[in-house]
Amino acid sequence: MTDATQSPETGPAQTGAPVKSKSLYALDNLTRKRNAAEKRFKFYGLGAVLVGLFFLVVLATAIISEGIPAFTRTIVEVEFTLTQDQYDTAEKELFKTKAYEQFFIGALQKQLEESGMSVPVDAAAIERIVGKTGGTIREYFKANPGALGAPAEFELAASSRVDGYMNGRVTRVEMTDSRFLQASDLDIVDSLVEAGIIKTVFNWNFITGADSGVDNPGGAGIGASVVGSFFMMLVVLFLSLPIGVAASIYLEEFAPQNRFTDLIEVNISNLAAVPSIVFGILGLAVFIQFMHLPQSAPLVGGLVLTLMTLPTIIISTRASLKAVPPSIRDAALGVGASKMQSIFHHVLPLAMPGILTGTIIGLAQALGETAPLLLIGMVGFVARGYPDGVIAGFIDPNSAMPAQIYTWAARADYAFYEKAWGGIIVLLVFLLTMNILAVILRRRFERRW
Amino acid sequence: MKFTTLVSATALAVASTAFVGAAQARDQVQVAGSSTVLPYASIVAEAFGENTDFPTPVVESGGSSAGLKRFCEGVGENTIDIANASRKIREKEIKACAEAGVKDIIEVRIGYDGIVFASQKTGPAFNAFQPADIFNALGAKVLKDGELVDNPYNNWAEFNADLPDVGIAAFIPGTKHGTREVFEEKVLAVGCEATGTLQAMIDSGMSEDDAEDACIDVRADGKSTDIDGDYTETLARIESNPNGIGVFGLAFYENNTDKLKVATMGDVAPSTETISSGEYPVSRPLFFYVKKAHIGVIPGLKEYAQFFIADEIAGPSSPLAQYGLVADPELAATQAAVAAEETMK
Repeated sequence: MTDATQSPETGPAQTGAPVKSKSLYALDNLTRKRNAAEKRFKFYGLGAVLVGLFFLVVLATAIISEGIPAFTRTIVEVEFTLTQDQYDTAEKELFKTKAYEQFFIGALQKQLEESGMSVPVDAAAIERIVGKTGGTIREYFKANPGALGAPAEFELAASSRVDGYMNGRVTRVEMTDSRFLQASDLDIVDSLVEAGIIKTVFNWNFITGADSGVDNPGGAGIGASVVGSFFMMLVVLFLSLPIGVAASIYLEEFAPQNRFTDLIEVNISNLAAVPSIVFGILGLAVFIQFMHLPQSAPLVGGLVLTLMTLPTIIISTRASLKAVPPSIRDAALGVGASKMQSIFHHVLPLAMPGILTGTIIGLAQALGETAPLLLIGMVGFVARGYPDGVIAGFIDPNSAMPAQIYTWAARADYAFYEKAWGGIIVLLVFLLTMNILAVILRRRFERRW
Repeated sequence: MKFTTLVSATALAVASTAFVGAAQARDQVQVAGSSTVLPYASIVAEAFGENTDFPTPVVESGGSSAGLKRFCEGVGENTIDIANASRKIREKEIKACAEAGVKDIIEVRIGYDGIVFASQKTGPAFNAFQPADIFNALGAKVLKDGELVDNPYNNWAEFNADLPDVGIAAFIPGTKHGTREVFEEKVLAVGCEATGTLQAMIDSGMSEDDAEDACIDVRADGKSTDIDGDYTETLARIESNPNGIGVFGLAFYENNTDKLKVATMGDVAPSTETISSGEYPVSRPLFFYVKKAHIGVIPGLKEYAQFFIADEIAGPSSPLAQYGLVADPELAATQAAVAAEETMK
């Protein structure tokens, strides 16, 4: 408007339509307006990206800072001798691991007294400081009967409170005396740290181990459920990829256009929007109650997740088949290829990157799903050890990563909450590995036309 | 061609699925049910796996009712062997069980669980609770100046000057929890009677049954929130609300004493001692139910049941007691009953 008042001769005509400036270099109002709008839009876009990044950073920081403690653990490193007599006594008990624990605590107490500790140590305090140790000790001596009577080096888990004290979760100021830990125990812990008996090490057990009872957070690991998730993903991949691709090729290339195929198409789209818990109920009814497949098995979990993933894969596969230019098909048919040859030799390879992307999205979705697993028995205290063998991997009871994280987050001891965050990190790493694999595969299949 | 290999691999996978399903014989005990019993059951399951040659049992959660429903689906390898429950099995459920062929059920009481009221550690102290106070704070209809009215209270101090002068904000277990039933029965119903509201309701022409039902109605104006998740959710709500008061299991509270402050009930602080002596009024028995038909079929089932209630596991100085279970004084009778496989009448 200022332009108009300064130079009335170039101002808008009576019709109101802007008159083009005489010079091509001077921008007229409308162009300026459009340019400004474009600039604004760029800012909005950049803002949206920044907001997204901000949330990503917040999320990543939260996950990493909360989850890091899960990757360290506090151990009590001692030399311990178990005699044949003690072994025999313990094996006669019903609660054998408790007996081993008592022997160990007695030996540790004696050792500490002899080494001239400055703070008084009683058995009850040691019991509070060390975690559940009996299982490890029994397992070791059962596997190595020859080690009886000779000193053996042990790295045993400290209790979850001591672990918390070492990683800063439990502080002297905020803690209250309870039967789990007393303030005086922390003096003992301090001097044991000084003596090099208690130390913090990297928690391999968290990555390789299986779930543990609620009173033993030091022994909990996510390894077994990673294996469970892996076997589930195998089932999902080997069922949903071929079925999904075959279905989409048929629907896209061969199927006649009629009411029936329309109905199928609508239903596939609807199925993609069905809440995942519904598939869990379906899985319980069909696979467990009707087909009598075992409960809590990754096989059943995989089957249920396959149902959930199929629509995603079919939709993305059809989209990428559609994106292959018709000229490719026409050329193939033109040189005498059959329809099947044109699809499998020319169209499918070109559509492969899109299919792989769809599959990976579907798999990633399936990997993070807990709700359907709830109903087929994979949530709870399930992951108890590694399956022995491939068949056992499919049918032995196991949990899955998200189910394990969910279970841990609900437990009373805060140490398990840290484990849940640590589990999320492992889940993300698993997911990232899957995605990188997909990117590599996509690169290999990528062709230009 | 690549495609044919894929197809045959799929066919193979499907075929082996069917085969494996038919040939599978279950060798581990399968348990489902109450999320209150789950922590105890997981401790026992881990110890059972470590101390015997049987595989570690699988323990699922999902709630008492859901567990018992699955328990009553029938007899056979694809049904669960044990249902954990934080309440006694109902007549209706026994009937449903019998109809599905589950006729012989062994009831095992493992001990008691205390239910405590706790608030934020740094918040105001609730030290003079009586069931009547909880009822006055949370009941849908209460007695005020002799009149039966919709709950008018906004503040704890309005009906009991010993309580802090802060707004009422309670987080109680949702209706799908077994804990809710105990809360209704041991707190709301008792408070209803103690305040005279029950009598006033009956006097106003309600039948006794209706009045008892009305007693356990919780106000719906937002002062009381039902928590359908776990205690961790209640804890999160308490942590963000300094005046909030939540319902927890004793074991959960004892594991989180650095964040929570417990309220006394009837002037008694909850602990394993006061609960086993009966001084602390709000507690409930925990159970599990064993399918007798599965004993001898599923390896380790009877052994697991016996292991669970052995003195070393569930007695007064055992890992379960250490975690917060209140030991059952009549454990010996239960042990004998399980050994003899005594079923419910």
